[in-house]
Amino acid sequence: MTKWDWDYLIQDDRVHRFVYTDPEIFELEMRKVFGDTWVYLAHESEIPNVNDYKTTYLGLRPIIVSRDNDGVIRALFNRCTHRGATICRTDKGNTRNFICPYHGWNFSNDGRLNGVPWGRDGYGESFDKNELNLKQLAKVESYRGFIFGTISDDICSLQDYLGNAKELLDQWIDRYEGELVVRSSAHRMTLEGNWKFVFDNAADGYHVSFSHRSLLAVGERYNLEQDKDMTYFGKNPDRSPMYVQYLGNGHVFLDQRPMYNQVGDRWEQQRPQPGREAYEKTIREKFKEKAEDYLDWTAGAQMNLSIFPNLLIIGNQIQVIEPISVNQTQLTWYATTVDELPDEVNTLRMRSQEDFPAFGEPDDVANFAECQRGLSIPEVEWVMFNRGYNVPDRQTTDKRGVITAPVTDETPMRNYFQEWKRLLSVERRKVNCQE
Amino acid sequence: MPGIENTSLTSFYVTPQFYENTLADVKRMEDDFLPVSVERKDEAERVLLKEARLLDELRLEEWLSLYSKKCLYWIPTIPGGGDPRKEVSIAFDDRRRLEDRVYRIRTGYAYSQLPLSRTRRMITNIEVTEGSNENELLIRSNFCLHEFRVGVLRSFAGWTGYKLQKENDDWKIAMKMVNLIDSDQAHKNLTFML
Repeated sequence: MTKWDWDYLIQDDRVHRFVYTDPEIFELEMRKVFGDTWVYLAHESEIPNVNDYKTTYLGLRPIIVSRDNDGVIRALFNRCTHRGATICRTDKGNTRNFICPYHGWNFSNDGRLNGVPWGRDGYGESFDKNELNLKQLAKVESYRGFIFGTISDDICSLQDYLGNAKELLDQWIDRYEGELVVRSSAHRMTLEGNWKFVFDNAADGYHVSFSHRSLLAVGERYNLEQDKDMTYFGKNPDRSPMYVQYLGNGHVFLDQRPMYNQVGDRWEQQRPQPGREAYEKTIREKFKEKAEDYLDWTAGAQMNLSIFPNLLIIGNQIQVIEPISVNQTQLTWYATTVDELPDEVNTLRMRSQEDFPAFGEPDDVANFAECQRGLSIPEVEWVMFNRGYNVPDRQTTDKRGVITAPVTDETPMRNYFQEWKRLLSVERRKVNCQE
Repeated sequence: MPGIENTSLTSFYVTPQFYENTLADVKRMEDDFLPVSVERKDEAERVLLKEARLLDELRLEEWLSLYSKKCLYWIPTIPGGGDPRKEVSIAFDDRRRLEDRVYRIRTGYAYSQLPLSRTRRMITNIEVTEGSNENELLIRSNFCLHEFRVGVLRSFAGWTGYKLQKENDDWKIAMKMVNLIDSDQAHKNLTFML
């Protein structure tokens, strides 16, 4: 038993500040949340060829995601089985073998120990090469290009884990005629706050009018009649057709798509990006009746889909939460490209993907840091998620168990924290997924 | 697009050719520079120093007036730039988006700039050469920038590539490309101007 009373810390409509501030809880999270769930590691397009690899983290564990010589995707602990040094220190590359820079142990990219320096003569009978292969994650699976890993050996399949999030991920991927890939460099930022502030915020329709007030005001600079991206949050968003959902297994969703009914709406309402008018002209002239779709595809999907615990689909980006410590987090925004789409469309997509990380996210990040500072006060203990709680007829639950509520409700946070509590309460590493 | 384009509101100038030209300018930044006259170099340096001073004093509207109407303010994620058509940048701002950036800070609701960053920048290793004609200068320089905000002093370093263009006897900044030495790494709050 741990010293923590999880039922006290995680209540129906509030959570204790300790879940954001206590280093020991953070350590537990790094084993039980980042470990016993399916954690997003990489996109297959980042390692397209045999022997490609990239390095990343599963929670705090350094990991190599490699496509081995047989094309099998593996997630290896980046730790020499000899004395513990990381064996790979570059972000990405292509190699069949990893040779430890410290004493030269040689591993193939499927994890096997090929050999030690000068043969095995220096080792006695008890030396068994097969016991000293690189350790690997218990399971690695991908779903439509998204590679996930887990250290739990009895977790459900990835598809079962994705559950109700799966068809939303499909919708995001299938938006284009072409394959969504990660080829660009990424936009990275660090924040002085616990990683869960980011997850809380990802399906939070409450903060937009306030945290993003400066961004919404930029839209007003143009004195246009019509709404620009997200300015509709400035009016009472609860009366809009937008909604939030709790999908199960910790996954949450905020849907802005109902604000965009017609083909062409996304392009119309998008905040202008560099080259907008020039490229619109070119795309319309060159692609005629396809142009409306192409222009729409340069704009964000208006789906905020969060796969617990670390994968956030936002706009056209794949955003990954990387915890560093209880009060430090890195956020990486992988820009996406769509193969088979014309260069003009992909160029404009790049410029669209620079908008929110520059004009929106920094204000949230500033607020996360100030939350962390505020939560240092011992005398004020609770973080409230009570909007929409116990309000009759405000939320519905369908037969899949998906809970839908008005877009400003804190339904996503209330519910994913119950999943968080379940994971933290598990004494042994056994994880079941909801059907 | 009749008459002169109002680049505060539209962006007809960022064409596929604009990208090609930008990449060609960046390519030239990799070569040894043929020197210009001392007078020319002095003119160029004064633009850089004035820019630094206006930024450090947060005179952002005056700072914008140093830029041409068809400018580019570029902070790549890829060391040395990469291809901005295929790579995401920290900033790839045309005139409109650059004005948006200043406008946002001035709303008083940009919480990432409340309080505002205090900065002071040093500019050295300035090299100047002629651009594609005598009304164009290419410059590269190194910088070290200290920023203070919310109790924390941070430093940034890198090199900057500039293209200046002469407009009515004034040198205007047509391109500024800021290459942070850690451009591909995570940063905390890059909402002040580099």
